[in-house]
This record gives sequence, C-alpha cells and structure tokens, in this order.
Amino acid sequence: MLEISKLVKRYGHDEAVLKGLDLVVEDNSVVAIVGASGAGKSTMLRCINRLVEPSSGSIRLNGNELVNLRGAALRRARRKIGMVFQGFNLIDRLTVMENVLAGRLGYVSLYQAISRRYPQADIERAFQLMERVGIAQYANKRADELSGGERQRVGVVRALMQEPELLLADEPTASLDPRTSEQIMMLLQSLASELSLPVLINIHNVAQAKTYTERIVGLRHGKMIFDGKPAEFDKDALDAIYGGIEAPDETVSDPQATEQQTDKQHADKPRQRDKGLDEVKHDQA
Amino acid sequence: MTRPESGAAARLWRKPPFIANPVLRYGLWLVLAVYLVWALGSLPFNWERIAEGLPRAARIFGGGFPPSFERAELMLTGFKESFQIAILATLLGVLLSIPFAVMAARNIAPMPVYLLGRAVIIISRSFHPVIVAILFVAAVGFGPLAGILTLTLYSIGFVGKLLAEEIEEIDWGQVEAMRATGAGFLATLFYAVFPQILPRQVGLSMYQLDSNLRASAVVGIVGAGGIGGTLMNAFGRYDYDFAFAILLIIIAVILISEGISGWVRKKIW
Amino acid sequence: MVDRAGALAERVWQRYDRRERLIRYAVLLATMMLVYWAVRDIDIFWPWVWDAPNQISSLGARMWPPDPSRLAAIVNAMLETVHIATLATLLTIFVALPVSYIAAQNTTPNRACLWLGRFILVSSRSVNTIIWALLFVAIFGPGVLAGILAIMCRSVGFIGKLMGEAIEEIDRRPVEAMQATGASKAKVIAYAVVPQVMPAFFAIVILRWDINIRESTVLGLVGAGGIGVILQGSIDTFAWPTVATILLSIIVLVLIGEAITSLLRRRVI
Repeated sequence: MLEISKLVKRYGHDEAVLKGLDLVVEDNSVVAIVGASGAGKSTMLRCINRLVEPSSGSIRLNGNELVNLRGAALRRARRKIGMVFQGFNLIDRLTVMENVLAGRLGYVSLYQAISRRYPQADIERAFQLMERVGIAQYANKRADELSGGERQRVGVVRALMQEPELLLADEPTASLDPRTSEQIMMLLQSLASELSLPVLINIHNVAQAKTYTERIVGLRHGKMIFDGKPAEFDKDALDAIYGGIEAPDETVSDPQATEQQTDKQHADKPRQRDKGLDEVKHDQA
Repeated sequence: MTRPESGAAARLWRKPPFIANPVLRYGLWLVLAVYLVWALGSLPFNWERIAEGLPRAARIFGGGFPPSFERAELMLTGFKESFQIAILATLLGVLLSIPFAVMAARNIAPMPVYLLGRAVIIISRSFHPVIVAILFVAAVGFGPLAGILTLTLYSIGFVGKLLAEEIEEIDWGQVEAMRATGAGFLATLFYAVFPQILPRQVGLSMYQLDSNLRASAVVGIVGAGGIGGTLMNAFGRYDYDFAFAILLIIIAVILISEGISGWVRKKIW
Repeated sequence: MVDRAGALAERVWQRYDRRERLIRYAVLLATMMLVYWAVRDIDIFWPWVWDAPNQISSLGARMWPPDPSRLAAIVNAMLETVHIATLATLLTIFVALPVSYIAAQNTTPNRACLWLGRFILVSSRSVNTIIWALLFVAIFGPGVLAGILAIMCRSVGFIGKLMGEAIEEIDRRPVEAMQATGASKAKVIAYAVVPQVMPAFFAIVILRWDINIRESTVLGLVGAGGIGVILQGSIDTFAWPTVATILLSIIVLVLIGEAITSLLRRRVI
C-alpha cells in the first residue's frame, strides 16, 4: 500500500509544483494519473522513488517512510520500486539482456555487475519475463536495434526484474504509435493483476486511461481535483483538468513529433564532435 | 545460487564478447603483451641516471620556487618577439593558405594542380614545427625570421587543409549560377566560392593566431626567436627560478589568448 | 568613372550599414597598426630576408640526394619513436580517466575535486610537450623515460579534457533509470556512463596516438629519445643527405600512422 500525504515540491523559490498532495493506493490496483503538461504528474512520480527530492510531506510504502532515507537505505527502497519511462531510458549500446539484468543492480555486488556474472536465478527470471512480453529472441541484440514498442517492453521487464512492490510508469506510451501504446497499456494492466502489483501510470491519453485502469486521479496545478472510477470521469472532470489549457486529444499526436525531434538531435551530435576533434587535433602546437 | 530443481537444463547467459572470434580476442591480448615486452625490453633505460632523478627533481623545484621575476625586461623582450612572430606568421600563413586551399580542393582544381596542393599540405603537416624550425635556423640563421617562416608553413598546412575540405563541401549550385552568367574562373572563385568559406576562414584565422602563439613559445627552443630561447637559456644555466617564472607567464598568456580567441570565434560564428 | 556612375544613379547602394562599416574599418585599422608595429619592431636583419630563398634552396641542394647509408640506425630510432608514443599513450589512459571523471561536472564527487581536476587539465595542456621534455630531461637525464613522461604529461590534459566533455554530454535518462533501480553510484557509472562514452574514448585515444607519433619525433632535439637525437646529431655535423633521409622517413612514419588510425577508426567505431 502506498500512502502519500501533504506532499509538497517546490523548485527554488518558484511557485510550488505540488501543493500538498494526498493519495492512497491499495495493493493490486492500477491508477492512472491524468493532467496537462506541467500539472506535476511527473514530479509526483519522481518524488516517490526520490529521483526528485520532495520539499515536505510524507510518502509511505507498505508502512515504511521513504522521504527521509539516505544512501544505502534509499537504494534498498528504490529497488523495490520499478519505474518505466517515457523515453524508455535504455542503455542503447548494451544488449537487451544487459538492460534487463540492470534491473537487478540494486541486489548484486559491484563485481557481479561489472563482470555481468548474475546469479542463475536472475537470468532464469529475465528469460521468463522476456518470454512473457515476447522479446526473448532479442536477448543478445543491442537495445538500439529494437523498435519503439519492443524497447518499451525491455523497459517494463527491467522494472519487473527488480521484483518491485510498486510500479511507476511515467508516460509509458507517449513516445509510441497508437497501436503499440495500446499493447503496452494492456501489458501493464495484465502484469499488474498477474503479479498483484500496485501500478501508477502517468498518462496524457484520457481514452486509454479510462480503458485500462481502475481508478483515475486528475491533477491540475499541483492539486488533486478528481479521484474516482473511470466511469465517473465525465466531460466536467475533463474540463476541470484540461479546461483552458489544451485539448487532451491533440496531445496524442504530439509525442511522436517530439520523439522525432530528439532523434534528430542525437543524429546531429556526432558530427559536432568530429568538428570539435578536428580543431583540437591542432592543439599539438 | 543456481537452481538445480528448475527442471530442464538451466538456461545460461553470458555477455556476448566484444570480439566474437575467440582466436582474434585472445590473439589481441597476446599481441598486446608481446608488444609491451618487446617495447619495454628494447628501449634503452639508463636506470642509474634515472635513480638520481628524485634528488634532482627536489633540487630543481627547490631552486625554482619562488619563481623570480627580477629579469622582467629580458622576459618582456622575449614575449614581444613571440607575439610579433605569431602575428606576422598568421597573416602570411592565412593569406598563403587560400591559394593552396584552392589548389588542394578536388572539385575546383585540375588533377596535377590538386596533387601539388595536397603534397604541399601533407608535407607541411607531417613535420612538427620544431623540426621545420631547426631546418630554417640552419638555412637562414638564428632569430625570428626562422620562426616566422616555420609558423607560416605550419599555418599553410593546417588552415589550407581545413579550408580545402570546406571548399570541397560548398554548395555547387552557386558556382554553376556564376558560370551560367559567363563569369571567368577568378570571378567564379570570388563570387561563388570565397563568400561560402569566408566565415570559416575568419574563425580559423583566430584559431591559428592562438595556435601560432603557443607554437612560437617552443620554436625558440631550437633558436628560432621568441620566449622559447629565453626559456632554454634559463634552463641551460640552471637558472630554475627564472625558468619557472617564464613558464608561469607562458601558461597565463596561453590561457588568455585561448579565452580571447574562443570568444571572438563564438562572436563570429 | 566613379563620377559618372554617381551622376547616373541617384540611389546609392551600399553593402554594409554605417555601424558595420565603422567596426570593419576599426578592426582593419587595428590589424594594420599591429602588423606595422610587428614589422618595424621585430629584430630581423632585412637583407637576410631577401637572401632567404637562396639560402633555403642551397640547403635543399645540399640535401640532395638523400644518403641511405645510416638507414638501419634510422629505422631503429623510428621504432623507438613509435614505442615512446605508444607506451606514453597507453600509460596516459590510466591517469587521464580518473582526472576526466573528477573534472566532469556530472560525475565529480565534490567541488574541490572538480577544481583539482580542472587545474590538472589546464596545467597539462598549457605546457608544450617539448617544454615538458626539457623539464624531465633535467630531472631524469637524457633518454626515453623523459620522452615518455613528457608525452604523458601533455596527453593527460588532451585526453582528460575531451573525455570530461564526453562524460558531460551523455544522455541523462539512462542514468536516471539506473538510479531508479536502486543501483549505487559505481554501478550507475558502469552501466549508464561507461557504455555511452566508449566510442568517444576510442576515438580520442586513437587521435591522441596519431598526434603523439608526430610529437615524439621532436623529443630527441632536447635529448628525450627517438629519431630527434639522430636528426640533431646529423644537423650538428652538417650531414645534410642523412637529414634528408630522416625527413623522408618521418613523412613515411606519419603517413603510416594516419593510415593505421583511419583503419582503427573504421574498425572499432
């Protein structure tokens, strides 16, 4: 069970991004968090595994307070919280298997991590999970050779390798085409019930939120303004959450454009490097 | 850790090796080991002399601190000469690099000219400026003239190469447009080629000035004028406090000039 | 002609506006004054300048034809040169990686380490290889050890700076993902940072090896081993045909080095 109470996050002296959030998530439930860009969804998720430091408030997972943890204790808490990212955040130059096994980093020793000598049980579990989501045949392929949907499956398996007690998914479908994103949502839904995991999903696409989750939480300006069953999420709730900001449906096509953009930036990078090197080469003077 | 009870044979996974072929993989390690043994074995190390190193280092650094700025005038003359060498060599080098770059650009130079241009650039890039300096010192005598000639050649090699690559990448449509107006070779060069490479050329000139200033500090070591000569003399006379003072100033000047050159290039680009 | 044009056209066309022109003239004027000062003030005996082409061509004539009689000794010295460059590059890696780690803003443990790292990089880069060599020859005596240390000291700054930049440019997102799994800092580096900087690492080391080959050809001029020792000896004894052979072999060495680096670059990256 995840209990968040009076969670506040403020960056510097700006207006708070999260203004005293309260949320309780029972075990074995899938919760969608909807809201416009900048509503604080991503910040809230990252406060839970402390990739972002909360300014004040309390977050308890199965009774353990997470907010004050430091060092090794924090890392032990983190390994019980799986996270799936919008941009997949795979390590492109490593193989799919290495990416999946990276989910065990919180458990194995540094020597095991660097020499890739993982316990047999971990390898077995990795193969089973990869078979479950249909990517086992790619085990020794490099992660950047996979398609978007396959990459996100790697991301999901990596999170599940942690044997999490809670799964966080930050816009897991926003970088995918509509068909693939449906598949990923279905996967998350069924994995949650198979493993009886509480799952928190940040999502832009309200239609998907209604189809694949059991509970919808709406955020606006860092405050919770809706909490209920998908059936209760009607036109009024939609207007309250997105009203005057942006139409939620437009955002469905939006992410692909941004993904292309980031791809392009990546493609540009090596060229700049080359030029830089050429200049420095001259430093031999 | 292994789970023998897991029915069918436990699935193994090993990280696929970086080099798939095992012969090649272990072969490379072997080659490296053999090379290290060979290289370290064949190099003449004079261990007795090296063993004296630590007390000597203590003496050098002891003598070097605090650095002495007493003979500032001598230092000033040296730096002034280094600056002059750098400025004149950059000017000459950048101007001369343009014709050589045109000669060494595959898309506008005819084959024999191209080969000549490339040869000049390759040769001037193969030699470290200090080697060129020592030859010029032998030819025209000690002093800044040898330094200027050295760094001019050095600039031609570097700026010429990058400029030639820039010319090879220009937008060819502009050249065709100029040709279509009936412009001759030189007119085409001035209207269609040079405008496209000018920003790069200005940036490169700034870079080269900075670079020549660094190099002018070292060509003096073999007698080609500038602060390097002063430094070499100080070292030769075991005048370590003066030598360290010169070194500090050289570092400061290089940092300042790098900063200025970087700032100007950022402004222009 | 100008008058007629002025009378004909009432509209005046100018390429730059007033402010731009003023800046252009000011920069031009400043450059001209600088050059004028440099030319007037520099310590050059001008008649020598006009005589320089003669002197250079007569030196060239004395070098021809190259004398291959000492080829065996030259090849040996060349191997020594390559060994110095290679060993120094290999050793540099072990020093430069920790330095780049503490000098990169996103991996440095604390501010003190950051500044220490930057200080090491700057001081290494600002002192030229040959000046490092001068210092180490004074400490450890003439020989290859001084050469290896000199090349190392200069390369640490080069490799360290570029690796530091590569580390700063990595994609933050995999780092975040690894932190989210509960990995410790060392594991995050092993999984999210190392794979990302690997290509840059190979490119930088190969590039520096290429540069080091050129640099190590001059070490001998200050007594730090390699081909430079023979070169200096031949110049001192006016054995110009031997000097020509050495120069040719340096060109060959540099071209071989470039061929190897471009091959490695294609194969590894």
